[in-house]
Amino acid sequence: MLLKLEARGQRSRPMVYLTPVLAIVLTLIAGTIMFAMLGYPPMQALQAYFIEPISSAYGLSELLVKATPLALIGVGLAIGFRANVWNIGAEGQLTIGAIFAGGIALVFYEVDSPFILPLMIVAGLLGGMLWAAIPAYLRVRFNANEILTSLMLTYVAILILSYLVHGPWRDPDGLNFPESRIFSDSAVLPVLLEGTRLHLGAVFALLAVVAGWVFISRTLIGFQVRVIGLSPMAADYAGFSQKAVIWLTLLLSGALAGLAGMIEVSGPIGQLLPTISPGYGFTAIIVAFLGRLHPLGILIAALLMALTYLGGEVAQIDMNLPLAITGVFQGMILFFLLAVDVLINYRIRIDWPGNRPAGEGQ
Amino acid sequence: MESTTFIAIFATIVTASTPLLFAAIGELVVEKSGVLNLGVEGMMLVGAVSAFAVSTGTGSPYLGIVAAIGAGGVMALLFGILTLTLLANQVATGLALTLFGVGLSALIGQGYVGTPATGLAGIQIPWLSDIPVLGGLLFQYDIMVYMSLALTAAVSWFLFRTRPGLILRAVGESHDSAHAIGYGVIPIRYMAVIFGGMTSGLAGAYLTLAYTPLWTENMTAGRGWIALALVVFSTWKPGRLLFGAYLFGAVTIGQLHIQGLGVAIPSQFLSMLPYLATVIVLVLISRDQLRIRLNAPACLGKVFHPSA
Repeated sequence: MLLKLEARGQRSRPMVYLTPVLAIVLTLIAGTIMFAMLGYPPMQALQAYFIEPISSAYGLSELLVKATPLALIGVGLAIGFRANVWNIGAEGQLTIGAIFAGGIALVFYEVDSPFILPLMIVAGLLGGMLWAAIPAYLRVRFNANEILTSLMLTYVAILILSYLVHGPWRDPDGLNFPESRIFSDSAVLPVLLEGTRLHLGAVFALLAVVAGWVFISRTLIGFQVRVIGLSPMAADYAGFSQKAVIWLTLLLSGALAGLAGMIEVSGPIGQLLPTISPGYGFTAIIVAFLGRLHPLGILIAALLMALTYLGGEVAQIDMNLPLAITGVFQGMILFFLLAVDVLINYRIRIDWPGNRPAGEGQ
Repeated sequence: MESTTFIAIFATIVTASTPLLFAAIGELVVEKSGVLNLGVEGMMLVGAVSAFAVSTGTGSPYLGIVAAIGAGGVMALLFGILTLTLLANQVATGLALTLFGVGLSALIGQGYVGTPATGLAGIQIPWLSDIPVLGGLLFQYDIMVYMSLALTAAVSWFLFRTRPGLILRAVGESHDSAHAIGYGVIPIRYMAVIFGGMTSGLAGAYLTLAYTPLWTENMTAGRGWIALALVVFSTWKPGRLLFGAYLFGAVTIGQLHIQGLGVAIPSQFLSMLPYLATVIVLVLISRDQLRIRLNAPACLGKVFHPSA
């Protein structure tokens, strides 16, 4: 028996939507095996991981809180990925966005004004954009690979945040912990539902999804982005500027990541800490792929990935499961997705010995 | 400077450079075969935690090294199955490998946080290690340092002086031509990818067994990515790679010594130096587009399917 890949000649539309589901099923199977190997009752662990967290209204609201930054960043990254611009430094852009927005909150700590929040939003967008502008400039001007530069700048951004909360921005009334002051009320995003942490940021994420969809499928520049990704030579021929698209996609994804950083510090966290994100910037890469680089798909994928964060926390409390399982699950989903995606462009043919079609046998 | 201080600083530079050299020399072979594996960081982490677990479990750091080679190889095999057999995008798969490796290593290593490892000791070579100054400078390292240097020389010889090395480079330059002549593009790439995984495992093992005999989550701190940048910096030449790895080792150690001297610069800014140096080096080397185009394997990162 021989398995062979046969080119379909045309992308299979149904498979584009089926493979993410298949990847999730495979991840659940692998997860069951993993739990059994770690010595936990698999069904109970899966229940604690994937069902328990969303079986209450509060759990659902927490799911949205965690899906918010993932969807925001994922939409931005996906637009870049479509053009083969690989911004993998969203975590750094998120951090700088949070620093800029947090800076506004701390500078105007004594001021009570409705203008502080909009100012923070602008600062967050600009901060992320600025941090993404560096790899964009280095790529366009010096041809430096944006994968490596954007990632290196992530480490730099996290060190800047560490310096600020250990040094100049440390809470003067605190107990020497590396934390800023807790933001005043006018620098905190309003909560949408009483008794939960669901805040206005979720609305921003929804707006970003809609705007991302309009941008990519209904505008000329979105069309250029898609063409450059599918066929750089055709794009060149049509006169589309590769450099402009690199600038645009990096600035856009950086701005959205910066906004996600602003939302995190102004929403669920409410101050600056040495760590403000459990890797949202990296998980958003998975979200973008799982969502098929399509804004609506990204919304669904963001909810699913948010569940892996939430499930990790619940399973740690309920069953003492290690928190690191979250990362394993996230990695596995992307792995399985990339593996089964082969079915979009190829079909699997099984060759039985002695069963070859005439003309092919030797 | 006193010779003992100089020897001590030089020795720490060597230990900081060795993991970079291991990871980068393997990735160089992988890229020469036309495959871009961005999962170095993930393979290093899994190698590091495997070496640590086996070394503390058995008391033998040498078994730890073997375990790291195996673990790195298995991780690379996963990458190979996805990109070579299932024709997945190499950039995305490499990222997946890193994300998976970060999670898996944290899961394996959670019981080991804070426990000391059985580390590698330096080897005292009779006569040679006793030579004043020179003995201390060159002949007091652990076995992995010598391994990394020997491996670099061996890779250089293999790639540019042997026939299989020539075939591997041909596969990286033009997989269609190599396939037409009758070379097995996919098997050759599998071997290169797995070799790269094994050396990444070694790089990780060096961190937990020699550099800091401890396990902490994400302890590679971007070294896998720096190794990737080093391959570009070297323009795919092993000799330049050796130079680059030691240059970065020197930057890392230099900033640590400045921190130790109590200079009034916040430590965070000094810690940024290796990452900023990577960006600067990338910019300096990439601005000469012609040189990159002449040296980069022409099929780097491209999917190969024989029917196409």
